Amino acid sequence: MPNLEETYDIVVVGAGHAGCEAALACARLGLETILFTISIDSVALMPCNPNIGGSSKGHLVRELDALGGEMGKNIDKTFIQSKMLNESKGPAVHSLRAQADKQDYSRQMRKTLENTEHLTLRQAEVSEILAENGKIKGVKTFSGAVYHSKAVVLATGTYLNARCIYGDVSNPTGPNGLQAAIHLTDSLKSCGIEMFRFKTGTPARVDKRSIDFTKMEEQFGDSRIVPFSFSTDSESVQKEQVSCWLTYTNEKTHGIIRENLDRSPLFSGAIEGTGPRYCPSIEDKVVKFPDKERHQVFIEPEGLYTNEMYLGGMSSSLPEDVQYAMYRTVPGLEHVKIVRNAYAIEYDCINSRQLNATLEFKKIEGLFSGGQFNGSSGYEEAAAQGFMAGVNAAMKVLEREYVVLDRSQAYIGVLIDDLVTKENHEPYRMMTSRAEYRLLLRQDNADLRLRSIGHEIGLVSDEEFEKTLQKEKDIETEIQRLEHTNIGANRIVQEFLEKHGSTPLKTGATLAELVRRPELDYFLLEELDEKRPDLPRDTKEQVNINIKYEGYIRRQKQQVAQFKKLERKKLDVNFDYTLVKGLRKEAIQKLNIYKPMSIGQASRISGVSPADISVLLVYLEQLRYSGTSSPDRVN
Amino acid sequence: MKKNTIAAIATAMSSSGIGIIRISGEQTFAIIKEIFRKKNGDRIDVSKSHRIHYGYILDGEEVLDEVLVLVMRGPHSYTAEDTVEIDCHGGILVMKRILETVIKCGARPAEPGEFTKRAFLNGRMDLSQAEAVIDVINAKNDYALKSSVSQLNGEISKKIRKLREKIIYEIAFIESALDDPEHVSLDGYKIQFKEKLCSMIQELETLAASADNGRVMAEGIRTVILGKPNVGKSSLMNLLAGQERAIVTEIAGTTRDTLEEHIYLHGISLHIVDTAGIRDTDDRVEQIGVLKAKDAARDADLIIYMVDGSVPLDENDKDIVGMIQERKAVVLINKTDLVQVVEKEELEKITGHKVILISAKEHLGIECLEKEIEAMFYGGKIDFNDQVYITNIRHKTALMESLDSMKLVQKSIEDDMPEDFYSIDLMNAYEQLGSIIGEAVEEDLVEQIFSKFCMGK
Repeated sequence: MPNLEETYDIVVVGAGHAGCEAALACARLGLETILFTISIDSVALMPCNPNIGGSSKGHLVRELDALGGEMGKNIDKTFIQSKMLNESKGPAVHSLRAQADKQDYSRQMRKTLENTEHLTLRQAEVSEILAENGKIKGVKTFSGAVYHSKAVVLATGTYLNARCIYGDVSNPTGPNGLQAAIHLTDSLKSCGIEMFRFKTGTPARVDKRSIDFTKMEEQFGDSRIVPFSFSTDSESVQKEQVSCWLTYTNEKTHGIIRENLDRSPLFSGAIEGTGPRYCPSIEDKVVKFPDKERHQVFIEPEGLYTNEMYLGGMSSSLPEDVQYAMYRTVPGLEHVKIVRNAYAIEYDCINSRQLNATLEFKKIEGLFSGGQFNGSSGYEEAAAQGFMAGVNAAMKVLEREYVVLDRSQAYIGVLIDDLVTKENHEPYRMMTSRAEYRLLLRQDNADLRLRSIGHEIGLVSDEEFEKTLQKEKDIETEIQRLEHTNIGANRIVQEFLEKHGSTPLKTGATLAELVRRPELDYFLLEELDEKRPDLPRDTKEQVNINIKYEGYIRRQKQQVAQFKKLERKKLDVNFDYTLVKGLRKEAIQKLNIYKPMSIGQASRISGVSPADISVLLVYLEQLRYSGTSSPDRVN
Repeated sequence: MKKNTIAAIATAMSSSGIGIIRISGEQTFAIIKEIFRKKNGDRIDVSKSHRIHYGYILDGEEVLDEVLVLVMRGPHSYTAEDTVEIDCHGGILVMKRILETVIKCGARPAEPGEFTKRAFLNGRMDLSQAEAVIDVINAKNDYALKSSVSQLNGEISKKIRKLREKIIYEIAFIESALDDPEHVSLDGYKIQFKEKLCSMIQELETLAASADNGRVMAEGIRTVILGKPNVGKSSLMNLLAGQERAIVTEIAGTTRDTLEEHIYLHGISLHIVDTAGIRDTDDRVEQIGVLKAKDAARDADLIIYMVDGSVPLDENDKDIVGMIQERKAVVLINKTDLVQVVEKEELEKITGHKVILISAKEHLGIECLEKEIEAMFYGGKIDFNDQVYITNIRHKTALMESLDSMKLVQKSIEDDMPEDFYSIDLMNAYEQLGSIIGEAVEEDLVEQIFSKFCMGK
């Protein structure tokens, strides 16, 4: 007999960035939700970098916000510096990044959780999942308490059998010395779930008072701050910001690292987990880029409450004494005092190919998962998955249709499709290069892309949705006006063009034609545009982008149309591919494991060749002719 | 019972020189046994695979036509099933009569593209994208498809593959710079890339032009005779041409240039190019001839490489052997009437191609050569077909589209657009080229990025 028994609609395990989003989504949809964490004081903890967003990750946060997630709102409340990255590049790669006050971030999230109806926050270690006949029934905690539920979302982050390592020191703890979760892995394995072991790392935190900032370049925030959340009033975020600092490693640093490589657990073999290639430790970088004379080091504040500074770019698992020696070769850090050591962390996660695109386990109905547990890395990736896992768990319980975003709709779609479809043997990080259709998936139009979906789910209010519809209308009207407003080749116009290095007009032109000129844009043309309506800044921006890059956007849309053709050819996830003559053995095997939801997804499975897809397509065609039941279903 | 043996006229329905009726499926040999009489009375249904038989097609007692029947046993056929091809005289009426007879004996008419569909189902083909597949299914003439597919194994696909590699490299570079600006810088990239782009566009234009002339349609199998001077190339050519007495055109250049003739060999159209002998030379005019020979060899569908059996191989032969690596080629040892110093086995080993002994002077071995060419042709090793041009339209469209996309990239550079815009059109070009050679989008651009450029955060 369990000592305690309770029943909820949904159980969420882990209150990190994924778990918080999952629990909030479920509770806000009216489902009784319990959120487990090992430490209530550490909800939405940022155990690594003190910022949210950045290249392509900023996109995830904006999309999440458009769908009704919390991360964007939370960082808007707690940031201490904000910057739009890549402004010199095209609008597709503009990306927001904000430095967070870590404690404030965590506290604000906790406040939100605690004040959300239907949400129960509970400190306990979940040690078992309870499943019967391939269906989830609930979870059991270490203390023996049983929580029955219709769905479970796992978001255990880096805590499963976690081990923190530097030099020959190996601590069986989660990040920041927090207690690891050492029981759940066995339970998952006994349910037939395949586990991986991944590794990641973090740099040291140092005392601000021991840094000589005069030897570093100061990095300011933007003068005009763009909030992450589409719901945040942009005036409310214009506030005083703190600076970050930039310095560099040098040959001396690299020398020390090289001399001590044999003491690094990464190279000695003490670490078995696979680390991310794109987020390498400083020793990885020195080994991989032997020609680089220096690497960037960003000094970032951990918050307003503390003197701790984060040494971005210098994560390491070298022994303490080597850490000291190498950090002290960096200009400005000559007398640095370490507050917390850099370390590598190893943890159990799943092979995410066991999940459907809904983030539900193929083998266990009602069991969902998100975040680093799925083999990703990063707060934003975690939050995005946690949200989708939570939403789909809720859809399951509510017996509503699942929500799956595809690669042409959102970075979130790309992220999840990659995770559930492609072989992945290292922590997965979002990157702009992973998104094929990024000109359409801009951070500035996430609301236009996804608000309606969020509204349909029930996490975006009618009022918010109205705002987006109005914006859509305004943009369309304004574009039409510009397309149809002719201006003559008069003296004022010619002078204006000359001033901006633009060829004078021979005959009249529409305003839209002028916006398209490389050297001009919508904002510059205000001077010539007498009848311009007063529109919000972000609406104007949409008008500008849509006209200016019209050709590119059109071509990208054609690519999407191509992509959708295969995506629309749905496959029955219960189909047995051994029935298809002509498929290669490897393909049959892979297809039977993955059970893709569409031909498009099948085509992205590693080990399934274009030839196999051809065979599959022809097979479908043939079955259609003969009228036999086929693996594709009408959709 | 559903009839699973299919038959169709595989060549164009026109009064061309030859017509082919193809039968594929389980009943194939039963059917052909019923309607075909070999002159020597042998049974065709027990014939080995890839043999050609000469005889008559009968409808009852009525002789319909004098034909060649090519036997291919599954899985070594286009459809991977038992297949025969009846090579008859190309009149529409004759072809129709033969097909009707075949159907009377148990086959059913193939649906459009059904041979191809079977080839797909049996894992014989690998055109990749859905588009292509649908094209394939709708293609009227599947013989044409076969031609176009094996045609793609050659030089064109090599060039396209190379171009794609170049394009994906640039995409990967740009993307790396976006994701890892610390380690991959775009400073000065625009200027550098502009030049590369120009040369890629030129390559594409050349490719498009070559696809344009419908060479194969007009000319037949482009066959080039290579060899050192005086090994007997011209004699062979005269012999082939003379024997058939079917010279269609004769375009003579200088004696040191190339000589071209058009002949029919048992209904196969050959366009033979006799080249200047290849040897290291200082003579300027001859040098040009040698270059032309090399060019001709590069464009050839089939190379006939001749050596003089009475003279040892030397450096010049080595050159030629290099040129025929991985090409469709036949090697001839001529002058077998003289004392031999070149060994057949050895030459086979060096060249990796079939070696045939001939004596052009004594008219010996020519038949073997002809048979070999026939076998290569009917066995699908070399391709020529008057329909190749049609399937090439898809290829050409794809080429033109990738060319357009590359020009759009050029325009983006001129308009001073940020580099991240290039990817859209580069990717289009890349995919279009991929559709020609049956390769889909690079499995993982990200892998490229990791393998070519290191990433740091």
